[in-house]
Amino acid sequence: MSFEPKLLGFLCNWCSYAGADLAGVSRIQYPPNMRVIRVMCSGRIDPKFIVQALELGIDGVYVMGCHIGDCHYLEGNYEAVKKYEMTREFLKLVGLDNRIRLDWVSASEGVRFGEVVSKFVNDIKELGPSPLSGDSPDKDLINKVRAIRLAAGSNRMRALVGRERKITEEDNVYGEKYPLEKYKEIMSQAIIEEYERHRILIALEDESKSVKSLASELSVDPSIILEHILTLKGRAQVDFQEIIKNTPIYMRRE
Amino acid sequence: MTEEEKKEDDVRVGVFICHCGSNIGGLIDCKGLADYAGTLPGVTHSEDNLYTCSETGLTAIKTAIKENNLNRVVVASCTPRTHEPLFRECVSEAGLNPYLFNFVNIRDQCTWVHMKDAEGAYAKAADLVKMGVAKAEKLEPLDMIKLDINQVGLVIGGGVTGISAALNLSRQGFKTYLIEKEAQLGGRLNNLYKLFPHDIDASEIVNRLISNANNPKNLEVLTSTQIVNIHGFVGNYEVEITQNGNNKTLKVGTIIVAVGSSLLDPKGLFGYNGQNIITQYELEPKLKNNQIKAKDIVMIQCAGSRNDKRPYCSSVCCMTALKNALIIKEKNPDTHISILFRDLYTPGTEYEEYYRKAREKGIIFINYDVDRNPNVEENQVRVYNEYIGEDMLIPYDLLVLSTPLVANTDNKVLAQMLKVPTESNNFFLEAHVKLRPSDFATAGVFIGGSAKWPVDITESIAQGYSAASRASTILSHKTIEVDGATSNLPVYNKNLCSGCEICMKVCPFHAIVKNEDDEIEIIEALCKGCGVCGATCTNQAIVIKHFTDDQIMSEILAYGGK
Ligand SMILES: Cc1cc2nc3c(=O)[nH]c(=O)nc-3n(C[C@H](O)[C@H](O)[C@H](O)COP(=O)(O)OP(=O)(O)OC[C@H]3O[C@@H](n4cnc5c(N)ncnc54)[C@H](O)[C@@H]3O)c2cc1C
Ligand code: SF4
Ligand code: SF4
Ligand code: SF4
Ligand code: FES
Repeated sequence: MSFEPKLLGFLCNWCSYAGADLAGVSRIQYPPNMRVIRVMCSGRIDPKFIVQALELGIDGVYVMGCHIGDCHYLEGNYEAVKKYEMTREFLKLVGLDNRIRLDWVSASEGVRFGEVVSKFVNDIKELGPSPLSGDSPDKDLINKVRAIRLAAGSNRMRALVGRERKITEEDNVYGEKYPLEKYKEIMSQAIIEEYERHRILIALEDESKSVKSLASELSVDPSIILEHILTLKGRAQVDFQEIIKNTPIYMRRE
Repeated sequence: MTEEEKKEDDVRVGVFICHCGSNIGGLIDCKGLADYAGTLPGVTHSEDNLYTCSETGLTAIKTAIKENNLNRVVVASCTPRTHEPLFRECVSEAGLNPYLFNFVNIRDQCTWVHMKDAEGAYAKAADLVKMGVAKAEKLEPLDMIKLDINQVGLVIGGGVTGISAALNLSRQGFKTYLIEKEAQLGGRLNNLYKLFPHDIDASEIVNRLISNANNPKNLEVLTSTQIVNIHGFVGNYEVEITQNGNNKTLKVGTIIVAVGSSLLDPKGLFGYNGQNIITQYELEPKLKNNQIKAKDIVMIQCAGSRNDKRPYCSSVCCMTALKNALIIKEKNPDTHISILFRDLYTPGTEYEEYYRKAREKGIIFINYDVDRNPNVEENQVRVYNEYIGEDMLIPYDLLVLSTPLVANTDNKVLAQMLKVPTESNNFFLEAHVKLRPSDFATAGVFIGGSAKWPVDITESIAQGYSAASRASTILSHKTIEVDGATSNLPVYNKNLCSGCEICMKVCPFHAIVKNEDDEIEIIEALCKGCGVCGATCTNQAIVIKHFTDDQIMSEILAYGGK
């Protein structure tokens, strides 16, 4: 049997969902692989929704909103872009970034809705099933994606992505804009750090570990692990537990 | 909220699968789908109906609610965009909170688009029902938000649009303010000579409008008045104004934007010099004062419009050129007049008549192409004529440019105060060009006239009336109910909030503020429920009612769960 991807679409009520309805009214035919979750605006779509879907083995996630400038709530889709871009960059770390897509479909683009969904189905078919689908998905990858979901939901990442537009698009008190590329650099750095930190937190869930064993488990340089551990201690997420054979052991704090 | 509705472990969902005649039932097995729904967790009743939205169908829902003590209802049928209000009303007639209803779209987005794949359509419908039930289980009852209405209207801009709107409102009996920044009402019309169609004197129309506006006792005209700031929300706007240095706050329920448009600065266009190369607008008073003695007149249409910078058609300049050319011809039949045009815009019966008359009177029309703009030389215009395939030289002693109306430069400022959008040319942008042409997405704010795009007077009056009648649908009530699905910072999440204020900054409607206690407060009446703040809140403290994290996650889990 050929592979039929299992897809999820988040559609904003005013444009994309209406466009999908129009496809129906016009009897546009497209493959039935995508299930739809309606939200009022694409700006409602929290990165954790997208990552959660992938974590469950869904083969692809489509985010759709109104064309830029047409958002029913003026600027929701601008925010959606920022969150989507961050999610995509996180997912790049585990090679799942090409399983998510963002598009603008207006209420009058019924034909186009059918086209883009068909294309998504085909593209994901070509990619093949998600490594997280099926009965025995790769446990290590699941943990990585979980780390991404939690990292994307961390206070630091949410603050960074939440401030991005204000900081890079509006003049500060000196009448300057913060350069977008520079902001993106900061984001990229933070994405890697928070990803690694949340992997540490997950690795410490079942048992307490040393820096060295964390380093080899996660294939990250021990000095970086140590830095992360110190940060996580500062955030009261990790604690020193005991010393075994001269080696400090760290545990997860509730 | 009753205790029953609240207790989650006591959820009793009823699922109604609609055949929609053969629209759904013709492709998939609705009975089977209803049986499947019956097996889903939380579902205590399921059935299929031929037409769920018919009287019979609605009665079936109400009966099932009563007989099975249902506290959640899921209908799988067409689309919430058309039928959600009906089913919400139905469940609420049976005593259920309307927000405990959930819609599943298995027609418009399923059977209609997978007509050749019945099996795939069924599988999709089954998943969608499963997801719909999962969300329904998590639904919470919500109250509509009731707002008092200050039954007073405000109109910004005292041109023909604004005066028409204000007169209409005040004649309906509403106290109305009309704000004009200039010393006199009338707007653009104050400087025009005759008006198409019918060549009535502009001054006659202006005088009539102004005297009408000064009549009703409940219409207060405030000239030389500027808007300083606008706060509040539908039914409860506070508009700060300043008049000759005196500040004042007006409390109103609705606001109509009728600020009109501005003139394009013609400098640099076709050798404009303000002497013998002028705009139509400058021509009008000269006609009025009988100052036009030129023998050879050339008019250039679309001067500065329908190009890359200003892609739109100004819509009044073709008619203005025809009008003025005919006025000149009438006075001095010997005058040679050529109109250089790209396309002539004379819609409808009366306007086309002007064009015919102009041809009869010997006015010459020469078509030119954007890529070959006419070249203005001293005393003659060089224009490439496609029909003869070469340049024509047309002498002039007066050259008149039909320049477009452009958006006011201060539109952006006003738009920000009102939280309404402008389009790429800076004109105001209505909520929907076809479905809601007089509304903004922001409740209680309306739009009309050349503030939206250049329109003539007939259209301005019609749009002024239209905006007024839309405003009166609000002003005629003492209270109004608005959607309860808003953002919320629940008491139990208050301790999560760090006060970072990012939510305040991302809210497009400025619905989130810090109150006197330095705490985040969401003004529900301002909130439109977009959910941006919820997706943004750094500590995930904000809850978007009816689209909570929990509800959306439950849909994802229902679909992806193994
Ligand atoms: C050269 C020329 C000739 C024309 N000839 C004709 C014709 O023959 N027949 C015809 O039907 N149409 C004609 N028109 C078009 C006509 O002028 C418009 O249809 C009409 O003026 C539109 O009315 P309005 O009220 O929308 O805008 P306006 O007339 O522009 O009025 C807007 C008013 O709002 C005020 N305002 C702006 N901003 C603010 C603010 N922030 N606060 C308070 N007040 C504000 C302005 O001062 C102004 O009084 C012509 C236009 C031009 C340029
Ligand atoms: S009304 Fe005529 S002159 Fe004015 S922009 Fe439109 S086509 Fe050009
Ligand atoms: S839901 Fe949207 S409108 Fe409401 S407070 Fe949040 S951001 Fe503002
Ligand atoms: S974004 Fe969240 S944490 Fe920050 S101030 Fe708003 S409610 Fe509080
Ligand atoms: S409403 Fe469609 S993207 Fe905001």
